[in-house]
Amino acid sequence: MEYILKGGVVFDPKNNINGETKDILIRDGFITDAVSKDAKVLDVSGKLVMPGGVDLHSHIAGPKLAVGRLYRPEDTRRGIKKAPNSVQGFETGFSIPSCPTIGYRYTKMGYTTVTEAAVPPLEAKHAHEEIESIPNLDIPTLTLFGNNWFMLKYVRDNNMDDLTVFISKWLKLAKGYGIKIVNPCGSEAWGWGKNVDGLDDPEPHWNVTGRQVITSLTKVNERLGLPHSVHVHTNDLGHPGNYETTLETFDCVKGLKKNKNVERDQILHCTHVQFHAYKGTSWRDVTSGATELIDYINKNDHLTCDIGQITFDETTTMTADAPMEYDLFRLTGLKWANKDIEVETASGLIPSIYSKRAPVSVLQWAVGLEFFLGVKNPWKIALTTDSPNGGPFIRYPRVISWLMSNEKLNDMLDNHVHNWATRRTAIASYDREYSWNDIAVITRASPAKILGLNDRGHLGLNAKADVSVYDIDVDDFDATLKSNSKILENKLLNSLYTIKDGNILVKDGQIVKLVKSNHLWCNVCGMEDKEKELIKSIRPLFNKYYTIKYENYGVNNHYIKPDTRFDINYSEVD
Amino acid sequence: MEHKPITDYDEEVRHCCCSYCGNNCDDITYLLKDKKIVGVRHACRLGASKIINDQDQRLLNPMIRNTDGILEETTWDIALDKVATLLYNSQRPVLYGWGETSVEAIKEGISLAESTGSVIDNQSTICHGTSIQAFQNVGHPVMTLGEVKNRADVIIYIGTNPMDDHPRHLSRYTTFAQGYFRPNGRDDRTVITLDPKYTNTAKVSDEWIQFNMNEDYELFNAMRMVLKGNKLDVDEVAGVKKEKIYELIDIMKNAECGSLFFGLGLSQTLAKQRNVDILIQLIEDLNRYTKWAMLPMRGFFNVNGFNIAMTTQTGYPYGVDFSRGYPRYMVGETTTIDLLNRREPDFFLAVAADPGVQFPGYSIRHLVDIPVVQIDTHWGPYTELSDIVLPSTRIGVETEGTGYRMDSIPLFMKKVVEKPENCHSDWWILNQLKQRVNSLKQKDGAL
Repeated sequence: MEYILKGGVVFDPKNNINGETKDILIRDGFITDAVSKDAKVLDVSGKLVMPGGVDLHSHIAGPKLAVGRLYRPEDTRRGIKKAPNSVQGFETGFSIPSCPTIGYRYTKMGYTTVTEAAVPPLEAKHAHEEIESIPNLDIPTLTLFGNNWFMLKYVRDNNMDDLTVFISKWLKLAKGYGIKIVNPCGSEAWGWGKNVDGLDDPEPHWNVTGRQVITSLTKVNERLGLPHSVHVHTNDLGHPGNYETTLETFDCVKGLKKNKNVERDQILHCTHVQFHAYKGTSWRDVTSGATELIDYINKNDHLTCDIGQITFDETTTMTADAPMEYDLFRLTGLKWANKDIEVETASGLIPSIYSKRAPVSVLQWAVGLEFFLGVKNPWKIALTTDSPNGGPFIRYPRVISWLMSNEKLNDMLDNHVHNWATRRTAIASYDREYSWNDIAVITRASPAKILGLNDRGHLGLNAKADVSVYDIDVDDFDATLKSNSKILENKLLNSLYTIKDGNILVKDGQIVKLVKSNHLWCNVCGMEDKEKELIKSIRPLFNKYYTIKYENYGVNNHYIKPDTRFDINYSEVD
Repeated sequence: MEHKPITDYDEEVRHCCCSYCGNNCDDITYLLKDKKIVGVRHACRLGASKIINDQDQRLLNPMIRNTDGILEETTWDIALDKVATLLYNSQRPVLYGWGETSVEAIKEGISLAESTGSVIDNQSTICHGTSIQAFQNVGHPVMTLGEVKNRADVIIYIGTNPMDDHPRHLSRYTTFAQGYFRPNGRDDRTVITLDPKYTNTAKVSDEWIQFNMNEDYELFNAMRMVLKGNKLDVDEVAGVKKEKIYELIDIMKNAECGSLFFGLGLSQTLAKQRNVDILIQLIEDLNRYTKWAMLPMRGFFNVNGFNIAMTTQTGYPYGVDFSRGYPRYMVGETTTIDLLNRREPDFFLAVAADPGVQFPGYSIRHLVDIPVVQIDTHWGPYTELSDIVLPSTRIGVETEGTGYRMDSIPLFMKKVVEKPENCHSDWWILNQLKQRVNSLKQKDGAL
């Protein structure tokens, strides 16, 4: 099918197109420079046109979601809607929607790629099986390695060669796209009801520290030349005083060499940095630690981050940082769920109510915005709410409305939120407003680049034809006005067109087509013999410590139809 | 009785998944001769007998009950058309069962329920549904079985008897298994059974603590009080001496890593979900001092898979009513037994389940008055009630598919042998019904 998107106002930061009126041509699922006369013309004159949205950190499929849905029917009830047409089914859920609902809502927001940010390999089949029920997205999954016993053993023995082979093989088994580290060593300590404190506190049994895990896995990631860097949720999440651990984490990989074959700039991606940026010793004397972290990010190019913005909602927090979730349970008394996963990781969940009147919620909200406004180069950050942790992903448009209108933000600070925002953070000192180009960077171009997905996040020749068009007349619509913020949010929630791989999935805010989501995963080539050798040595231990057989462990093709395999050519480096 | 090893086979298929209980043991070897299963290794007696006796009382052809009340063989087309028509014309259809089929088939069933405005429910409605209600009330601190195997030094079984019902639970996953931090298996662990009855599990435990039937809540409440540092001012609670309660809490508090398993002896006794509520809260409190997690002992090999698939698709775990075009879930209102007791359903389909065995008598009586359909592999009491019988295939034996173990670990259960000629998989049957219902809708102009 061929299309001409005619007369749209295009924002494509990667190709330096900043609000030009321009036709976008689509043929056979890709952006092209010529189409035949049969091409269908879609008139989008004056409308906002951007590449399809890319979310690099969200929780949409897997065991945590299953536990979350099971134990919070009240959340399911909140989002019930009847099927609007014969294509789209019913919707349910707010912070943890059902799988089909996740697909519908992202598609209507103009998003076409969403990363599931935490999958334990043992339950990777489950994550891929849930993805089967989510329509319309490209979904890379990040595989949890930060507390894996085999990893800990290799790190303890400083056996980088075997660790490299292990990661390569395990990504194949889990059909994973990249390496995820969550509270390294802390979630393993949770197996004994403990945690680690900071980057250099060793896990009690393995005697390995978070610093060793992060630096070792970063080295492995660069050795393998994976498209995405290590994706790190640092130690001490949510603890006042943790900004120092975060700074140390930023710095601990600084001297490591980036693989020259990859196109991304960073070797470390720090996720939901907002949750890792607090000064003080307790929630009584807590203040923002964002300024120091922003300063570091502005001065250094080896790291990127996403925000994990708070959105003032009742939501559900869920993370592989299980000890932190128990801390939250002790703090709030809300209903706690926990799931420890043998040999690999742990996870915890708890509902969270972020209120505009609650000092801590407001501080967290303002810290997130500080990052957005303080990091000078938007290519170093990406818009996330760590959905559903800081708030559900359907709040991205609301966050955008705050970023584009200083008037709106000041009104919130002056009239609506607790005064901790201004008293304990530097948020009031910023008057920056995001342009549409900046928005296109943090929601499209930058996350795609950080993920190492070069075929999307832009509208250049031969890019995937993932395009979103919004019913916003760019020249006539003033996004800086407070009075326009609600309108802006609604327009961004209901795209005029969402096109993925050249298919029109949304038209006039309605889903008109469903396609199967695509599983994106990395296949390292060139180490197959070494992998076989390693498995020979691992298998007896595997069968001893896991409760399923190695032969039944990997994700087979049954669960990943359709898939996109990224073959990574491995070559020995120094 | 003499036991001889099976030697007369020509093929071994290894690492198969057992499709019996919630253990989902995946180390089973099938022994085949001429492409038929003649033996099985590693399985427990329950699993093995189910696999070996597979052809016994097998449903082999679709059947419709004739005017004389006799089930008469028919063709698939006739049977499927009839079921589709009955389902399409009913006002309050219930699709029940699902504990012994694959997630792939369950998802097809959910889709059929949605397109016909049915209630879809599974066995958890009469077993661990109350536990799920408790999770919804106070939380859900669970672990995978390998955590128990590798770490647990104290294991408690309450109101469950895995030695008889999940025979390999203790040997493969918990008590006897050698784990990383428990290299000596049984010798490294303390096992305690709390049960009103002296069971085979109590027999292999270090200690059996007997308590009075239906006084679970009192006992756990007292345990929680003691954990919080209070003294009991009575000599015994629920028939358990107070010194024993102090001692038990002392063991639990001083565990390095504790694991607790509970069964229907807890979730279906007098206070139902409240029993589980307070037990969860005890576990939550224990985590202040050390590490504890818990797990319900799930029965069928995929009863948990249904809850997972259901929440994946609709957000609710069981008892979901699609009659308004969107999912509704309200225990007591949209759950099968309650619907039957109110004599609401006018069509009842059971897939991979036998309500004839499972349901209370009063509820079953209503099934006599309405069209009743069975999709299953074997003849059972429910077959005797059914007006139409559709013969299906065994997951993990004749059909591949996903099952979720009691701790929610997914397993891909492979196909090992060919199905009986005229049987079809649950997925195929449900898909056929969906297509036929859709054609009826189209005919009516409803699509």
